[in-house]
Amino acid sequence: MDTQNISLLEGREKQVYEKKQGADQIDIACDTTSLSGSVSQRACVFCGSRVVLYPVADAIHIVHGPIGCAAYTWDIRGAVSSGPELHRLSFSTDLQEMDVIYGGEKKLYRSLIELIDQYQPNAAFIYSTCIIGLIGDDIEAVCKKVAKEKGIPVMPVHSEGFKGTKKDGYKAACTALMKLIGTGSTEGISKYSINILGEFNLAGEAWIIREYYEKMGIEVVATMTGDGRIEAIKRSHGAALNVVQCSGSMTSLAKEMEEKYGIPYIRVSYFGFEDMSKSLYDVAALFPDRPEIMEKAKEIVRDEIRQYYPEMQKFKSALTGKKAAIYVGGAFKTFSLIKALRTIGMSVVLAGSQTGNKDDYSRLKEMCDEGTVIVDDSNPVELSKFILEKEADLLIGGVKERPIAFKLGVGFCDHNHERKIPLAGFVGMYNFAKEVYESVMSPVWQFAPRKGGLS
Amino acid sequence: MTTVNMTAKSATQNACKLCNPLGACLAFRGIERCVPFLHGSQGCATYIRRYLISHFKEPIDIASSNFNEETAVFGGSHNLKLGLKNVTQQYKPDVIGIATTCLSETIGDDVPMILREYETLMGSSAPLPIMIFASTPSYQGSHMEGFHAAVRSAVKTLAEAGPKKNLINLFSGMISPADIRYMKDIMTDFGVPFVLLPDYSQTLDGGPWAEYHRIPPGGTPTSAIASTGCASASIEFGSTLESHKSAAGYLEEKFGVTRHHLPLPIGIKASDRFFAVLEKLTEKPMPARYEDERRRLVDAYADGHKYVFGQKTILYGEEDLVISLAAFLREIGVVPVLCASGGKSGLMKKRLMELVPDLDELGIKVREGVDFVDIENETEELRPDFLMGNSKGFTMSKKSELPLIRIGFPVHDRFGGQRLHHLGYRGTQELFDRIVNTVIEQRQNASSIGYTYM
Repeated sequence: MDTQNISLLEGREKQVYEKKQGADQIDIACDTTSLSGSVSQRACVFCGSRVVLYPVADAIHIVHGPIGCAAYTWDIRGAVSSGPELHRLSFSTDLQEMDVIYGGEKKLYRSLIELIDQYQPNAAFIYSTCIIGLIGDDIEAVCKKVAKEKGIPVMPVHSEGFKGTKKDGYKAACTALMKLIGTGSTEGISKYSINILGEFNLAGEAWIIREYYEKMGIEVVATMTGDGRIEAIKRSHGAALNVVQCSGSMTSLAKEMEEKYGIPYIRVSYFGFEDMSKSLYDVAALFPDRPEIMEKAKEIVRDEIRQYYPEMQKFKSALTGKKAAIYVGGAFKTFSLIKALRTIGMSVVLAGSQTGNKDDYSRLKEMCDEGTVIVDDSNPVELSKFILEKEADLLIGGVKERPIAFKLGVGFCDHNHERKIPLAGFVGMYNFAKEVYESVMSPVWQFAPRKGGLS
Repeated sequence: MTTVNMTAKSATQNACKLCNPLGACLAFRGIERCVPFLHGSQGCATYIRRYLISHFKEPIDIASSNFNEETAVFGGSHNLKLGLKNVTQQYKPDVIGIATTCLSETIGDDVPMILREYETLMGSSAPLPIMIFASTPSYQGSHMEGFHAAVRSAVKTLAEAGPKKNLINLFSGMISPADIRYMKDIMTDFGVPFVLLPDYSQTLDGGPWAEYHRIPPGGTPTSAIASTGCASASIEFGSTLESHKSAAGYLEEKFGVTRHHLPLPIGIKASDRFFAVLEKLTEKPMPARYEDERRRLVDAYADGHKYVFGQKTILYGEEDLVISLAAFLREIGVVPVLCASGGKSGLMKKRLMELVPDLDELGIKVREGVDFVDIENETEELRPDFLMGNSKGFTMSKKSELPLIRIGFPVHDRFGGQRLHHLGYRGTQELFDRIVNTVIEQRQNASSIGYTYM
C-alpha cells in the first residue's frame, strides 16, 4: 500500500495545513467532534474528566456505568501521590442489563455507602458514563443524599462520553472542583502564595515545580490536581495567584476563580529551559514588593542551567539536524516542545494536537518553520503519511502513537499522561533530551525498512 | 489508608474482566483485511485501542461512529452509515467488523436493519465490504462473550454450504499470537487443510513496515471462513463456551460439521486429548516433532517435580484459561487453592470438576464474578506461594509480596506478552520452566547462602 495514495477524508481537509510561502492563509477547523468512521486519536468526555480529577489521591473515584470505562482507566496514569493512593484503585458500579432497564441509582447509592465505609476517603467523585445520560439516573440526588449521610463532599461529574469532546470533560471536572473550592478555611495563607493548576504530578513533576516556587519563598496552597488533596483544594481560593499549565484543561477553572474570588491567573509552561525559566520569572514579577523572590528565581535558573548545560551540549551535537513530529493532546504543549526541540538542535516537521483551538493553531503557524504540517484531530494514516513524507526521526506523542513510530522505524518520546519519567522543570528538560537522544540515536533503526532494511 | 477487612459488594473494585466490545475488536483483527468498527462513543474505540496496544505493541486501528448528543437522541443510523462510508474510503477493507457498545444498545439501534439500508443506499455501483455484526453490549458478560460473538458472527455471515471437504476448522479462542502460530504449525505438520479463526498472529505481532498499512497483513481470509461450512469437523477450545454461543456450534447446527469441544490444551493430558482428536480426524499419527516435545516435557516434569510439589497458587483470569491451567497444575502437584474469574458463565466449577475431580477434597475454591479486591482478600487467607494470571494482579502481588507468573492477557507491565506460549507440549514446557524458576528464584533470594548450582 503506497502512502502517496492516502487521501484525506472528506471533511478533514480543513483540519490539515502546510506552512508554505504564498499558500492561502486558511484557519484550521477545530473544536469540532470527530468525524464518524475516522480513527481519531481522541477519547471522550469521560476521559477528559477522568484525566483531570484522577490525581486527587485522597478521594474515591467511582465510575457509574458498565465495567469498561473503569477497567480501561484503572491505574493507567503516571500521576503519583506522596500519601494516600486511593486514586490508583478502580471503582465501578459495573451496571448489568437489569440495572440499565430499572435504573442504577440504588446500586450507585449502595456502592457509595459501602466504598466510603471501606476506604474512609475525604471525598468522592462520581463519573457518569454514556448510558447514565440515557437511563436518566439522578446522580445529583444520590450524591446529595450520600454527602449528607456520610459527611464528606460527594461530587457528581457529568461526563457522559458522547456529550461533546474531551474538552467538555475538562469543564465537567472543573465544575466539580469549583464545588469544593471555597469551602475550606484560608487562615494563615501567605500573601505570597499560588495555586499550581493543570499540573498532574506525572512521575513527580509537581514536586519538582513546587520545590522551585517554595525555594523562591512562595507558598503553594494547592496543586490541581497533581498529588491532590481535598483539604488543599477546599482552601485554594486563599491563594494570591493561579499559575496555569496545560491551558486546555484548567483555564476555565482559573477564569471562574478569578470571577468568584478575584484571583488573577497567568499561563505558564514548565517544559524546556526557556519556558521553565519564564514561568518562575513571571510569577516573581507579580510579587514586586518582595524583590528577593525574583533574586531567588534568577539564582535557581542559573544554578539549574549550569548543572545541565554540558550534558545538553552533548545531546545537541548528536541531534542537530534531526527532525521531529509532534502529535499530542493539547496544543499548548506543542509550543514548548517546539522551543525545547530547537534547543537540542532539532526542527519540527509536523505539529498537531487532538484538542487545540483557533488561537493555538494560529500561534503554531507563526512559530513553525516553512514546510511544517499542522494538523487537528489527526489519525494514524495521516500521521504516518506526514512522518514518512517529512522524514521525521522522532515522534512525540502518547501510547496510541507509539507503535506507529516504531513500526515505521522512527524514534519515539512519550509526552502524555502515562509517562514514567518527569519531563517538567530543568531536570525534566534534561530527561527529555536524554530520552530523545536514546531513541533517535539507537542503532536498532539500521534494520528498519526506511533505512534500507527488509520489510 | 485504613484497611477494613470487608469488601463492598455492590461495586466492582479493580475489575478482573474487560468489556464485551474489546473481545469483539480483538477477534475482528484476526480476519484478513478487516477493520473493527465500534458503534458508540469515540472513547470506547480509543480506550480499547490503548488497552490492546499496551499488550500487543502494534498499531491497532479501530473506527468509531462517534456518537454525539443528537445521535443519542435520534438514533445512530446516520452516523453508522457515514462511518461505514468513511472507513471504506480510507481503509479500503474487504470486511468491516461492527460491534455495538452499551450506548448504541441502550438506545436500541437495530444495526442489522441499518446495514441493510446502507447496502440499498450504496447500490451496486461498487462492491461493498462484507459487514460482520456482533451485538456486544458492555452491560452483559465480559470481553470473552464479545470475542466469541464476533467469531460466531463471522462464520454466520460467511460460511457456505457445499460438499464436504477434507478440512478442519480450528476455533482456538483468545490465545496469544505465538500460540496461534504454534497451532498452525501443528495443523500443517499433520498435513491437513485447516481454517484457524481468528488468526491475529501476524496482524497483532508482525514485522516492521516500509509504509503505514491501514490494515496490517495477515488474518483468516474470508474465502477460508466461507469454506468452514464444508469442513469435515471443527475443533473448538474453551471449556465454558456453550454450543449456542459458539462458531463451531453454529456450523454443527446449520451444516452438520461435527464440533469437537475441548478445553484449552494446557498440560500433558489436555494436549494429548487435542492430539488424539487430530490423529482421529486425520487418521495420521502424531508427527515426530511433537512426540519429541512431549518426551522432553515428561523429562522436564521429572527434573523439576520436587520444586513445585505442594506449592500453592492463586489462579485468575478468563474462566477457560483458569480451568485449563488448574488441570495442568494438578499434573505437576501444584494446588491452585483459588481459581478465580471476573467472568460469570455459571459453568466454571462444573467444568473444573470434570478435569480435577478431587477439587473439593483438595479444598480448591472456585469463584466466578470476582474482582481483584476479592482475590486480594482471599490471598491473605489462603497464603499461596505464588500467583498466576495477567498483569492486573501486580498490585496485589506487590502488596502481598508474592511472585506473579504473568500469563494470558493483558501483559501490560512486561515485555513480550504476545509471544508467550501456553498451549500444547511446547507452551506447557514454557509454563513449567517459568513456574519452576519462580520457585527456585524465591528460594535462592531467601537463602543466606544463595546456592549457585543445581
